Amino acid sequence: MNHQEAIILLPAYVDKELSLSESVDLEMHLNSCDECKREYDEQLQMSILIKNMARNYEPTQEFIQNLGMKLSLEPNKVQPIKLPKRFMELNWFNTWGNKGLVFASFLAIVWSTSLFLTLPTAQEKFTEELVASHVRSLEVDHLSDVISTDQHTVKPWFIGKLDYSPPIVDLASIDYPIEGGRLDYINSKAVAVVVYRHNKHPINLYIWPSNNKESDMQEVTKNGYKLVHWVTDYMSYWAISDLDSEKLLAFSRSIEVRVKESQKS
Amino acid sequence: LVLHEDTRKIYMNEPTKKLRFQTAIMPHIDSAFNLARWLTRGHQDAEDIVQESYLSAYNYFDGFRGEDGRVWLLGIVRNTFYTWYQKGKVNNQHTQYEEELHSLNEVADEPNSSNPERILIQKDSQRLLQQAMRELPIEFREVMVMRELENLSYKQIAEIIQIPIGTVMSRIGRGRKQLAAILTEKNGSAK
Repeated sequence: MNHQEAIILLPAYVDKELSLSESVDLEMHLNSCDECKREYDEQLQMSILIKNMARNYEPTQEFIQNLGMKLSLEPNKVQPIKLPKRFMELNWFNTWGNKGLVFASFLAIVWSTSLFLTLPTAQEKFTEELVASHVRSLEVDHLSDVISTDQHTVKPWFIGKLDYSPPIVDLASIDYPIEGGRLDYINSKAVAVVVYRHNKHPINLYIWPSNNKESDMQEVTKNGYKLVHWVTDYMSYWAISDLDSEKLLAFSRSIEVRVKESQKS
Repeated sequence: LVLHEDTRKIYMNEPTKKLRFQTAIMPHIDSAFNLARWLTRGHQDAEDIVQESYLSAYNYFDGFRGEDGRVWLLGIVRNTFYTWYQKGKVNNQHTQYEEELHSLNEVADEPNSSNPERILIQKDSQRLLQQAMRELPIEFREVMVMRELENLSYKQIAEIIQIPIGTVMSRIGRGRKQLAAILTEKNGSAK
């Protein structure tokens, strides 16, 4: 794909409206083109900003009732559907109190060259990046670099590729078999990804060192994907999947428990 | 998509026009109002347009075959607005942000924003964005609302506006860029 075509298609790429082959073509160009990268960032940031900070206006109940009467409809049946209109609205905001972070990204745009540039858009960008990485791994059929259902094959594969050794846990007995592992780049750092599968749903488990010893489990929903994050023994874990949150949480707890068990033994 | 299929099933099972209208079209009143309110300047104009749209929707409802009710309705809302707009009925010259100001008191009422200073800055930036969106030319503003706030697909937007999908894509792209430019400019002049 040449530059001219890529620039035209970028908005649709941000909106996930491109076909698989177009996305792959565009990504190949995007990786090597700084202008397209900037354009992509701008499109994405503006999209996030509007979704989170522009207002949804709602009609008053009185207006809805009156309109129902004018159309002589039965009043009790006239109820608008309350759809979650904004993709990050519910979990993302409430769990993380993240308005401030969205706001920080707003500042970064508005005062892009001034002192606000250093404000932390980190968390926001970061989950965005994780989701993008997860989606990419599904789209380009690149889930695993090493394909094996055996933890003892996957674990050594990472040695020499990373400066830490990610704990690999086998959960085949509870129907979350390992499919393989791969290296991915998050925040410009190489990280370990262990791929699990549950009833045809792939789960990407990202693992890298953390400065904290432990943390509680937190759940985020982003672009329809569920993310669960926790820290065990100075390792940070992010599980991402399109599984429902109950199953992903169950998966995450099992990983956490087994990692702790394996440390004791 | 799932919702659409369900709506269609329910719709097919309703015996009378009135009931079909209630199940297929009435639930989209929030979307209709949101679009109308973003196209117009005032709450009253938006209510008038939504009301007129619903009355025409009911009249034309015999032509509705159980397709996407929200797309069908928003197409009518949009047409109603443009008819008004051309007649000059809509109070569009009247620049006023009182409602915007007023609305921001509600927006920032979140349990998390307990820091008064932060609330203030947040309100300010929300107002800035709100005003910037209002300054976008209508043909860009409407696609931004449909895409970012109503979460409609390019295909749905193309159907509502009756333009090719490629045009939807370029308007969304240019709309975002323009908005970024307006925000940068506003910030420059505010300093």
